[in-house]
Amino acid sequence: MAAAAETRQIELSGVAVEVTERGKGRPLLLLHPGHPAGRIDPAARVVELLAQDTRVIAPTHPGFGMVPAPAKLTTIDDLAYLYLDLMEAMELRDCVVVGLSLGGWIAAEMAVKTTERLSHLVLVDAVGIKAGNRESRDIADIYAITDKQLAELVYADPQAMSRNVKALPEGDLVLMARAREATGRYAWTPYMHDPKLKGRLHRIQIPTLVLWGEADRVASPDYGRNYAAALPNAEFALVQGAGHFPHLEQPGALSRRIMDFVEGNAP
Amino acid sequence: MRVFQFTEQPYPDAWIDHNGSLRVNLPNRKLDPVRAAELFHRYYDEWQLADELGLDIMLNEHHSTATCMSAACVIGLSVLSRITKRARLLVLGYPIANRPDPLRAAEELATIDVISRGRLEMGFVRGVPQEVAIANLNPVFQSDRFWEAHDFIMKALTSHDEPFNWESENYHYRQVNIWPRPYQQPHPPVWSTTGSTYTAKKLGTYGYVMATLGTGYDTRRLYNAYRQGYAEKRGGAAAPADRFAYLGLVAVGHTEEEARRRGELIATYPRTSSIVFAPFRNPPGYLSIEDNVRILKGEGKPRSYTKDGRVVEMATGSVQDLIDAGVMFCGTPDQVYNQIADFVEHCGGMGNLLMMGHAGPMSHEDTVENLTIFAQEVYPRLKEMRQPEAAAAAAQ
Repeated sequence: MAAAAETRQIELSGVAVEVTERGKGRPLLLLHPGHPAGRIDPAARVVELLAQDTRVIAPTHPGFGMVPAPAKLTTIDDLAYLYLDLMEAMELRDCVVVGLSLGGWIAAEMAVKTTERLSHLVLVDAVGIKAGNRESRDIADIYAITDKQLAELVYADPQAMSRNVKALPEGDLVLMARAREATGRYAWTPYMHDPKLKGRLHRIQIPTLVLWGEADRVASPDYGRNYAAALPNAEFALVQGAGHFPHLEQPGALSRRIMDFVEGNAP
Repeated sequence: MRVFQFTEQPYPDAWIDHNGSLRVNLPNRKLDPVRAAELFHRYYDEWQLADELGLDIMLNEHHSTATCMSAACVIGLSVLSRITKRARLLVLGYPIANRPDPLRAAEELATIDVISRGRLEMGFVRGVPQEVAIANLNPVFQSDRFWEAHDFIMKALTSHDEPFNWESENYHYRQVNIWPRPYQQPHPPVWSTTGSTYTAKKLGTYGYVMATLGTGYDTRRLYNAYRQGYAEKRGGAAAPADRFAYLGLVAVGHTEEEARRRGELIATYPRTSSIVFAPFRNPPGYLSIEDNVRILKGEGKPRSYTKDGRVVEMATGSVQDLIDAGVMFCGTPDQVYNQIADFVEHCGGMGNLLMMGHAGPMSHEDTVENLTIFAQEVYPRLKEMRQPEAAAAAAQ
């Protein structure tokens, strides 16, 4: 069992970022999704499992959590530069970067700029590219549906993942509201993607794993296959029993897949 | 007091069978263009009547909705500039933060001011949340964009000597030099709306006309915030009554019974305007984190209060509730005058009544009667009514 997670604030060119660390060994930068999942709970199962073999570094994107976003941070591209700065400040080398949904978009934007400090890239149900034509909606409009409808798109088993929101502590509700707003801040328009990103993915030459919840109804597995096809050195695999957030529904299977990939074990 | 006749230019034929949403996602197949043409011409006729009756005119815009067919306020302003003779033309408002191009807005407004020979009253608004889904500009930065668009338009309207440059995250122009420039100098009067004391105070510092809607007997709180901002910026000067406006639903009749019948027709406005698929009412960043936490808890936020502090739901309240809350002024000319005078007293002064004298399925005949009785039997008394002393109002 790995030691408990530690959370601290790091300042990067005037921007405060909350960073959780857990475990020892090779660094693994874990980038969290947007609404409705939001920041990764430091006590989350996926962090605990990955920390058995790696040093998990999980920043909370400014605006999520309780640290506000400064006015100059308005795009996913800004977050990509912020985390490249973070890797430099922490002197990370041979780092595995794992991006979940919106975090996958950030990871891809980082890797097209430079993979100097990266060994592997893992994109899990990542958004960020325009895959279809101009009249197809690649990614569900999460702001045009009710919370119940959203849960049905997000989870393979919405019933099992459902919770009584009204009964949650005030602090959790604040985090939910902040995550919903921060997601809009970074991804409102162009909606959940950067029109330029797909044309730049050829620059990512490092080994890349594209994992996709088989029941993802926010961005379909075909969207994920399209993503993988644009990456020169990528393999694509489905995660059974998961929707858009495998780290919540299948943390065991997800962390196993990631570690097998990083350690070079055949699936 | 000035009175502006306002209708949302609705398409009430589609108010049945809307499946829970009159806005954003109500298919436009439910609109018959022939019927829409009839309605538009009728609404313009009624505004021409308002002009002849000595009333001023207000119009607005909303998008993708059967509650308001005016999707581009400049079209209505353009028509009215030409077919009316004397009325002030108030747009309240122009949702400038939902437009990607404020230069175009400045050009449109200046041109309308010229064609109307200086009759434009220029209202800038943030717009209701359900407009965001259509504009698709980031709601999280909407407030910043609103004030930047405002700054840009004001500079464009008042710069006359050489093109200027404007390059920011939101807007990029290198040769700003609008033709024509506005008729009114230095620029048409500026109006805005708010429901928050923070913005009310800010509007007070600018000295713009501030309007509220549905705030009833809670209006004074907002007006006082305005008064504070106004006074702070002007060495303690009191904001005059003409800096304040209030949108009131107005139904008047020769008898109380006739007025109540019209009141029911006008009440279709608050009863339908909030019918929209819920997610569109809450785009990210539009409401505060505190308001969103309240929504997650399943709690509402009351807006309309009666004189004795009772909460009235605008969407479901009876005509009597709406009268009690100061949302509607309804009755015989005497009753309506007294209700308005009482409300003005509560406000500590209010110099502009934005009168919704038509709504929903109200017929042309009813609208003509409503406007005529009001203009002939209520308005003259309102013009003579003494406003509370401005200085005294500010002190309270």
